[in-house]
Amino acid sequence: MAIDAPTRPRSDPPASLRPAPLPRGLGTVLVTGACGRLGKRVVRLLHRERPVVGVDRRPFPDKPKDVRHEQVDIRRKKLKDIFRSEPIEAVIHLGVMHDPRASQAEHHSWNVAGFQKLLEYVAKFDVPKLVVLSSSNVYGPQPDNAQFLNEDAPLLGGARFGEIRDLIEVDMLAQGFFWKHPGTETVILRPVHILGRVHNAASNFLRLPTIPTLLGFDPMIQVINEADVVRAMRCALAPGKRGIYNVAGPDPLPLSHAIRILRRPSLPVPYTLGKAVLKRLWSFRLTTFPAPELDHIRYVCMVDDRRAREELGYKPEVAIDDTVKSVDDA
Amino acid sequence: MAPLARRLFDSAASNVDDWMTSKLGEEFNARLGRVPLNLTATGVDPFGMDPQWTKYALASVALLHRHYFRTEVSGAENIPSSRVLLIANHSGQIPMDAALIGASLFMDVEPPRFMRAMVEKWTQTLPFVSLLFSRVGQVVGVPENAKHLLTNEEALLVFPEGIRGISKPFSKRYQLADFGLGFMRLAIETRTPIVPVAVVGGEEQYVSLGNFDGLAKLLRAPNIPILPQLLLPFGALPLPTRYRIHFGEPMRFGGDPDDDDAVIEEKVFLVKATIQSMLNRGLKTRKSIFF
Repeated sequence: MAIDAPTRPRSDPPASLRPAPLPRGLGTVLVTGACGRLGKRVVRLLHRERPVVGVDRRPFPDKPKDVRHEQVDIRRKKLKDIFRSEPIEAVIHLGVMHDPRASQAEHHSWNVAGFQKLLEYVAKFDVPKLVVLSSSNVYGPQPDNAQFLNEDAPLLGGARFGEIRDLIEVDMLAQGFFWKHPGTETVILRPVHILGRVHNAASNFLRLPTIPTLLGFDPMIQVINEADVVRAMRCALAPGKRGIYNVAGPDPLPLSHAIRILRRPSLPVPYTLGKAVLKRLWSFRLTTFPAPELDHIRYVCMVDDRRAREELGYKPEVAIDDTVKSVDDA
Repeated sequence: MAPLARRLFDSAASNVDDWMTSKLGEEFNARLGRVPLNLTATGVDPFGMDPQWTKYALASVALLHRHYFRTEVSGAENIPSSRVLLIANHSGQIPMDAALIGASLFMDVEPPRFMRAMVEKWTQTLPFVSLLFSRVGQVVGVPENAKHLLTNEEALLVFPEGIRGISKPFSKRYQLADFGLGFMRLAIETRTPIVPVAVVGGEEQYVSLGNFDGLAKLLRAPNIPILPQLLLPFGALPLPTRYRIHFGEPMRFGGDPDDDDAVIEEKVFLVKATIQSMLNRGLKTRKSIFF
């Protein structure tokens, strides 16, 4: 569904308070979560083209020289000073915490309260562009999923797996913001499983020396290289783009083919046994995979990325073999 | 160890291939080469259909088609070579009718097609079954999937009677149950011709006296039929009735796919009446159930 919000003439901020803004498409980009593996890639790609401000509560020791890094927690007031200090043309929000071991309260406060603060400033300072990195996991793997879910599909990812509810809430908040603030071009990207040097569940899973699978299940999966995700974000920064976009990598493939590309042994386990063992391992803190995530290697959760290709002009460039193999990149 | 196992596996596969060719004729392999496919870089189609799996599945069904049920096919020339919606009566407790329609689409229709069908959602929760279905091109029964397949010019089989049709007791044989309306909306929206299909012979393969509703609910299965023949030796096999599959002339419908149920129902009724009269004609001309 193409969401076309009415455009409203933007009220320019008083010129005396702010330096003259750079032409549209070349202004400063603020990146939250800049010190994550994905954040660093985004910063490195963008700083060659336009000014970049990184925001993260972690330090950024090997940052490019021309990048300004602010070590702040996005829940703190200090974030406002960054918006005040220079005109920000775009905000890329990557700072979503997805640490399965952190407490629910900490997750919620960081992901939801932090994002609300960020939205508040985006509205207050009339930032023309907001790009939010959500995930295709918000749809959730279900036995009755359509093979290719489009952007209108309900976000059922939290039905079995509570830890993803934050991510769904962030996605919903961004959607609400999209409608309430037509002056800001909001883009929500929902990429499929991101592979590469990132430490997310999908990459960690494929990095296991022996990859467990579920006996009698071999769902089709979609994966995308981190470089392609970054490319999609750059497409989303182009003036005039707004809306929700599923972002997929090269052609889908069965899970078993991905394991074959990696030349790793796999171990098929019956579902009930796998679930019981994983629960036990989880309670002893021996694994980073919570048991409900098993549904990802049981049912299909694939997306239709036609809109991103047609409207954003995005196209994956990393071939499927290289995308899968990229989990082993040092 | 692994190379040895691989060689054993490869030689077994080539033996099976040879045996298949001897039973089904060279024509089978020639047909395989002519099926229009839509594969991705990894050798499967976007829905997970793998031509290698499909080949063996089709070969085993083709054997049943030719030698066990000795299917008589008529009206094969009515199938267009582009997108088509096959609407058939559903019968026989196990979906043998779907398998045999699939086999005739591959063995008797020109150009040969890999038929796609929609399967119940709960089959996706079953290990091996979900895997097999997906590799041989059967997809989850949701409208989006059907639309996607038809826009890819595939041949899609739909049983509008659904579970009500396949679980009919023997006393209700060849009486069409209520049709769902979804297929008509789909056909109108995607401008797909409908080919009505009448399958005669399926109702007698298992003689069902009724259904265990309570047990089915307990096991979360759609239905469990009462089949006295299961007590006989080899009774689990369907009886070797002779199947007769007739493809009718394509029907085209226009209008608004989002029309009121009443309007859509009229069009569905036309299809239902066509299939019922095809069934009646088939039953009248049939001399014997088994020959």
